[in-house]
Amino acid sequence: MTLHLQTEEKQPLSREEILQPHRTLENSKVRTEDLDAWYGNNQVLKKLNIEVREHSVTAIIGPSGCGKSTLIRCLNRMHELVPRARTSGRVMLDGSDIYAKGIDPVTIRRRVGMVFQKPNPFPTMSVYDNVAAGLRLNGERNHSVLDRAVQQSLELAFLWDEVKGDLDKSGASLSGGQQQRLCIARALAVQPEVILMDEPCSALDPTATAKIEELIASIKGNYTVMIVTHNMQQAARVSDFTAFLYLGQLIEYGETTSLFENPVEELTERYLTGKFG
Amino acid sequence: MNFEKLLEGLKHPSSDVFFKYGSLVFAASVVGVIALSMVVLVRGAFPALTSFGFRFLTGVNWDAAAGFGALPYILGTLVTASIAIIIGVPISLGIAIFLAEMAPDVIKVAVSNIIELLAAVPSIIYGLWGLYVLRVWVANYVQYPLQNSFGFLPIFSGTSYGLNFLTAGLILAIMIIPTVASISREVMVSVPVSQREAAYSVGATRWEVVRMSVLSYARSGIFGAAVLGLGRAVGETMAVTMVIGGATGASALPTSLFKPGQTMATILVNQLSEAESGSLQLAALLGIGLVLFAIAFGINIVAQLLVWRVLKVQAGAVE
Ligand SMILES: Nc1ncnc2c1ncn2[C@@H]1O[C@H](COP(=O)(O)OP(=O)(O)OP(=O)(O)O)[C@@H](O)[C@H]1O
Ligand SMILES: [Mg+2]
Repeated sequence: MTLHLQTEEKQPLSREEILQPHRTLENSKVRTEDLDAWYGNNQVLKKLNIEVREHSVTAIIGPSGCGKSTLIRCLNRMHELVPRARTSGRVMLDGSDIYAKGIDPVTIRRRVGMVFQKPNPFPTMSVYDNVAAGLRLNGERNHSVLDRAVQQSLELAFLWDEVKGDLDKSGASLSGGQQQRLCIARALAVQPEVILMDEPCSALDPTATAKIEELIASIKGNYTVMIVTHNMQQAARVSDFTAFLYLGQLIEYGETTSLFENPVEELTERYLTGKFG
Repeated sequence: MNFEKLLEGLKHPSSDVFFKYGSLVFAASVVGVIALSMVVLVRGAFPALTSFGFRFLTGVNWDAAAGFGALPYILGTLVTASIAIIIGVPISLGIAIFLAEMAPDVIKVAVSNIIELLAAVPSIIYGLWGLYVLRVWVANYVQYPLQNSFGFLPIFSGTSYGLNFLTAGLILAIMIIPTVASISREVMVSVPVSQREAAYSVGATRWEVVRMSVLSYARSGIFGAAVLGLGRAVGETMAVTMVIGGATGASALPTSLFKPGQTMATILVNQLSEAESGSLQLAALLGIGLVLFAIAFGINIVAQLLVWRVLKVQAGAVE
């Protein structure tokens, strides 16, 4: 694995520092420690160590089946919902292990939101109720609080202007791109600290994709975003850091510009130049 | 079409002409049978329908002198089927949720199989159990305690020893549970994973996922399952006949849970063999058959449409 996390104020890391598995960044939001993940007997993630900086956008790239989705699903404990799926190792969120004994996955998922590959609004709920769903689960009943949160979240998701007239319409009646932004608004409404996005644009056209990239750029000051993408240009456009996964291992991880321009590992280079995957 | 051609058709799936027309013939014959039984019923019931007119549906008497009215039996069917739905559907839903969402795999398989088996128990067996076991329970643990405290209320009056509308409704509730539970389970299982994940990802607990994603997504299918159960309750004959007591005429009006009565199906089975051919009684019975047929048919069509719509929407929609 190669790390090149050199920001202006930080010194380049020595090789020893790089290879030391549990290195800690000052402002790390999420950190995995020797994370393994299985589906049944199929080990999909192998001793994966990655550290994600707060209020940054981190892109996860890699060939199909390398474990990108599995990785981000381990970060909000969605992985364990798959029958016979399990993990070992630790995932630190603000320095405490989300897999520690006695931690309720529900509280983790409220802190770490998720947007899926295919838009999945609740089809029997209105636009408003879709966005309010998470808050209502938290017990919020106050109408003006809900109204404000719904509007704010829809504004953050750049959807407010398009739907403000028909908040009572079914969430399923929106276009695909609008549905995905609705799902983002739904995730934002509970004010999570981290937002995980699994190929959020792969079902969308370029215009809708551009909207979502714009919204990622606009929210990253307040959220830590991790985005899985197959689109190299997209990774280059939206992310500050990029992680390259191959066969369940983190091959290379670093600032997006340097990883794209000067990949250290041969595998990364070959992937970026389209030699495989 | 001769046998060799048939074989030829089976060997070469590309020549599906045989299947196309073959299945068309079978489908058409089903419609034909339904239409034919309709015709038979209408013709048989004709004398009663012409001599009583609309009063056939509103009359309460049941003898040659005063005429024949179907109201007590229509109401009897409605009351027993309603009891069955009110008690059977929530239990079925509970079972379905447990099987689809909660139970560990081993229990899931075991309970699903038991439920399927229950659906295969002949209704006469339910009837016997109802007659020897359930009615005693109803009498001792429901009827007498209620009558001791609230006997002054008309709906708790009656002197039957457990052979009454309530027992009939309860037997029906038990009998519809396998159908309603297994169809509801199926509809719930077919709710896309992406819908459940949507709820989990905003911090729903397991039960909240069931409520937000599963039940609301599957609701029209579950409603369809309930309507299918209603169809079964309306048409069920044997078991009900054995526990409902078998009153006729005005006394069969379901004014109390603990009175003996009849449903449309039971009066048919009780009286069809003794009614003389050509009699007005026979015509009246066939008239009741016609009403029952229409109601059951309508209910089943509604149910099938609902279940089908859900499964179809899910095949094509999200995920
Ligand atoms: N629900 C599942 N059950 C069993 N195996 C699974 C499941 N989901 C994924 N896998 C396996 O885990 C491996 C990694 O899958 P994952 O979905 O994490 O890959 P990915 O990098 O997201 O791929 P893609 O780019 O195609 O989305 C694959 O080999 C896949 O077969
Ligand atoms: Mg994936």
